[in-house]
Amino acid sequence: MVTQFKKTIVVAMLCLGSFIGSAVAQGELRFCLRSEPKTFDPLKVEDDASAAIRYLTGGVLVRMNRQTQALEPELAQSWKVSKDGKQITFKLRSGISFSDGTPFSAEDVAYTVQQLMDPALHSPTGDSFRSGPGNVETKIISPTQILITFPAPVAGLDRQFDQVAMLSAHSAKKEMAVLGPFVVADYKAGSTLLLKRNPNYWKTDAQGRHLPYLDSIKLDIQPNRDVEMLRFKRGEIDLINSLDSEYFDKLATTSPQLVHDAGASLDSEQMWFNEVAKAPLPGYKKNWFRSAVFRRAISQAINRDDLSRVVFRGHAQPAVGPVSPANKFWFNAKLKPEAYSPEAALKALQGDGFRFENGALKDKEGNPVVFSIITNSGNKYRERMATMIQEDLQKIGIHVNVVTLDFPSLIERMTQSYDYEAILLGLTNVGLDPNEQMNVWLSSSENHQWNPSEKTPETAWEAQIDTLMRAQASATDAKKRKESFDRVQEIAVEQAPFLYLVNRNALSAVAATVQGASPVILVPQTYWNAERLTVK
Amino acid sequence: MQRQNMLARKIARHVLTVAATVLLGGFLSATLLRLAPGFDVDEEQLDPRLNSESVQALRQERLEQHNIFRFYFHSLQRAAHGDLGTSISLGQPVSTLLRERAPLTLRLVGIGLLLSWAVAMALALSAAWLRITAYDALTTAISGTFLCIPAAVLALLSVLWNVPGALAVGLIVFPRVYRYSRNLLAKAYSLPHIITARAKGLSELRILFWHVVPVAGPQLLAVAGVSVSIAVGAAIPVEALCGLAGVGQLAWQAALARDLPLLMNITILVTLVTLLANSGADVIGHMLRGQEA
Amino acid sequence: MRFWRILACVVLLSVVSVSLAANWLAPAGYAKQYREAAGAPPSHEHWLGTDEIGRDRFARVLYGTRISLLLAPAAALLSTLMAALVGGLAGYLGGAWSRGAMAVTDLFLSLPWLFLLITVRALMPLNVSPLVSVLVTFLMLGLLGWTSAARVLCSTAGSLRESDFVRQARASGIPGVRLFWVHVLPNLKPVLYAQFWISIPAFILSEANLGILGLGVAEPMPSWGSLLKELEGLVSVGEEPWKFVPLILLVVVVTSFQFVLSKQDEVAA
Repeated sequence: MVTQFKKTIVVAMLCLGSFIGSAVAQGELRFCLRSEPKTFDPLKVEDDASAAIRYLTGGVLVRMNRQTQALEPELAQSWKVSKDGKQITFKLRSGISFSDGTPFSAEDVAYTVQQLMDPALHSPTGDSFRSGPGNVETKIISPTQILITFPAPVAGLDRQFDQVAMLSAHSAKKEMAVLGPFVVADYKAGSTLLLKRNPNYWKTDAQGRHLPYLDSIKLDIQPNRDVEMLRFKRGEIDLINSLDSEYFDKLATTSPQLVHDAGASLDSEQMWFNEVAKAPLPGYKKNWFRSAVFRRAISQAINRDDLSRVVFRGHAQPAVGPVSPANKFWFNAKLKPEAYSPEAALKALQGDGFRFENGALKDKEGNPVVFSIITNSGNKYRERMATMIQEDLQKIGIHVNVVTLDFPSLIERMTQSYDYEAILLGLTNVGLDPNEQMNVWLSSSENHQWNPSEKTPETAWEAQIDTLMRAQASATDAKKRKESFDRVQEIAVEQAPFLYLVNRNALSAVAATVQGASPVILVPQTYWNAERLTVK
Repeated sequence: MQRQNMLARKIARHVLTVAATVLLGGFLSATLLRLAPGFDVDEEQLDPRLNSESVQALRQERLEQHNIFRFYFHSLQRAAHGDLGTSISLGQPVSTLLRERAPLTLRLVGIGLLLSWAVAMALALSAAWLRITAYDALTTAISGTFLCIPAAVLALLSVLWNVPGALAVGLIVFPRVYRYSRNLLAKAYSLPHIITARAKGLSELRILFWHVVPVAGPQLLAVAGVSVSIAVGAAIPVEALCGLAGVGQLAWQAALARDLPLLMNITILVTLVTLLANSGADVIGHMLRGQEA
Repeated sequence: MRFWRILACVVLLSVVSVSLAANWLAPAGYAKQYREAAGAPPSHEHWLGTDEIGRDRFARVLYGTRISLLLAPAAALLSTLMAALVGGLAGYLGGAWSRGAMAVTDLFLSLPWLFLLITVRALMPLNVSPLVSVLVTFLMLGLLGWTSAARVLCSTAGSLRESDFVRQARASGIPGVRLFWVHVLPNLKPVLYAQFWISIPAFILSEANLGILGLGVAEPMPSWGSLLKELEGLVSVGEEPWKFVPLILLVVVVTSFQFVLSKQDEVAA
């Protein structure tokens, strides 16, 4: 009888032990993706939907904590970057397996890096590491230690690995074998994607319970924001990222606890003029657009406060330069938003030879100042901003035609035919490091939007920016990098190749049933800590 | 025997016409897409993290489609072996995409058409039979109201009220079917033989179903054929907004992404459906009229 | 029916008159932005409230009426005439003409004309005036919108071709053109009127949708279509019923058009 009693105790303790070690089943999180994911291969991610899947399923060596913005160990328990910024050594955790049971080791890291740096792979993730010509070398020191050497210094090398999800070198499931908290369980193209808890996920919480807490995440593909909002109000989905301002305000009046305004995001809305020499524009218009005085005057004539207040209902802030104030380290705090002053704008233009006659502005040759602003259709904020800018500039006698185009037509004008005068678009910054904007600032780059692919810098200030951006890319000292990039920001404001308009706030909505959510400005905003969320 | 030969020739002619038109439709749609601005570009090339080589590589992806004649010829060659190509925007075989999504669209369009015709004919027949001005005004106002509501709004209302998307399709199509039917029935009522029928003491119901509807029959069949293409067009906003993974949603995505292989095949499918519907209506109409096609 | 027709004429004339009097009824115009009162509900100053950037909605409805009420019926007339020409002639001529024309019509129904419209926009200068842009838009709609009716007209004309009175007219030596113009075309009126009536709201709505391609009315000029697009914000529109006014106005106008055209539809007693 005593033996029987002991057996019972042992069984009970085993059960208790397994309960403590097991995951705490905590429901299904539901939200929408705004487009169809194009790939499940984490190295080929280019669109937002695929990036969301990668974030939830991919295991990374290091992870930037979206709340503190500090870099934290993940699959790598420690790492070291060499002084010259070319090498990084990772010490990996042991005893970790992919979702299909395949063991994870340094060999998988080497395989992933080689795949990432394959010249045939043209992806933003891979290009972020391509700072110079040559091949990357990987040296497996032990099953849990690897040295990676790049041909040239990579700015913010360790932080870049936040975007690199590890692939298995051996698994038959290829990219579907993952190391992240969730695994793709079902995918109905055009409809839904179901992620289930990864049974082999390595992480536990402080109490030793396996993560994630959630059983599953259901993602519905829903491009329409009105429908997304309807479904949130009906309780069919649990959160909304990038909530529209008007919906934020409507929800705030009825259920203020559900909405979150995390403050200025990293994104900006901006406008620029066509400065391409071979653009099919009349010569006098090219002269206007290539004049920094003209650009700055236009900038002064735009009421950014009104844009923030009216278009975004106060959930935006006038932008200063290429970096949002939310990017605390890299933002040049000496810079201030352009003050709205149509009088100053007109005076500056008159000083540059323009004349204001009978309510219309004319240049020194007598040409009335008329130009078009194109923006992408379907984005109501940009359409409204363009219309408000149209009225602002009317006050100084400039006639603006607002043209909304479908996105491919707009891109074609912007990058191929150069048949446009001014464009209003936005810049989405995925990360904090200014190196991500390298291809915008380098004059030789395809994405140097106001004048792409210059053979040599056409202006002294563009040459200066080229030098500064290269300097910050090759420097390893953060302070030196900041000095260089601060100067880039100053030149950008002085010369105004971009007229920075507003930085939108990061707005989101989270249902009351979701526990543990703490929305932040960095993507993915609301579910950055998905592994610790629960749904009642 | 002679009649059978004529029928066989008629069918063969229709089949050839359909085949030629479908092939021409595929080619023309590919040409329209190829010549439209924005064909050669990809939203992804605006990503500031991409270097120049990657941007160039993205542009080169569409090089194969530059020569539209060569592209179409190769597409037909592959199609002969069941390979409809791969979607540029979704990275999946076009045949798989269409196979997965066509049943939903067929259901949506089919049920939507049934609903639209049921409502339209109920209103048109009752308006024609009753000939009460106030009733006519009411049915006109009802159909006019639905004609004026944007398709996107009807689709969103179906989401709001949790009703099937097929109802939205039906409500988009019904006003058009109603108006044509109402006018055709009214015209048939004005023919001289109706006066004779009334004079002979036939009931109004009998006049309607035996002497009015058959006269308007061939034209109503033509309306039926046309309503299929209207319903297919209506399926696009309904599927896109209701989140239904059908061919309509695919068509919209393909158009925005300038996805040539996908859009060309969808156009061929739509052309085939349109032609079959209209040809079928023509053949039946001619049979009813007892004439040669 | 006479009463309804007269009422419809009065309604249409009233709408036209009010839109022409927009300069007096809404002197501030459709473009002025009252930014301190953006998204405001109806008030003494703004009878239908303001839109998202503070423009007076009542003024925009008035001025938008001019564009839509003038151009949509013109485009509808164009598409109706084209349908009559293509469908009516094809059905009247019969045989290979009819087959060929209907094959072309079916092709027209299936092609993605979106890309033709994108190309048209690309060929137009970016600084084209809003009026030219909207004229081109309605012209394109008229040129592309004839296909559905053409099919029905072909079938109707085909029936008429073999009817007794047409045979008699042919037998008595009336030439083909006169036969078509005087004897066949008038009998196609029920379908032509239906086509005209359906096309008006269809083109008004299409014009707004073509805004995504850069066609249609350009900011700040309003049109009924662009005003009706506000209804797509369904989550909020239930709480802002004044946004339905353009829809109600369109329904009233379209229904009035139908009553005005209904003389030909009256059933023989």
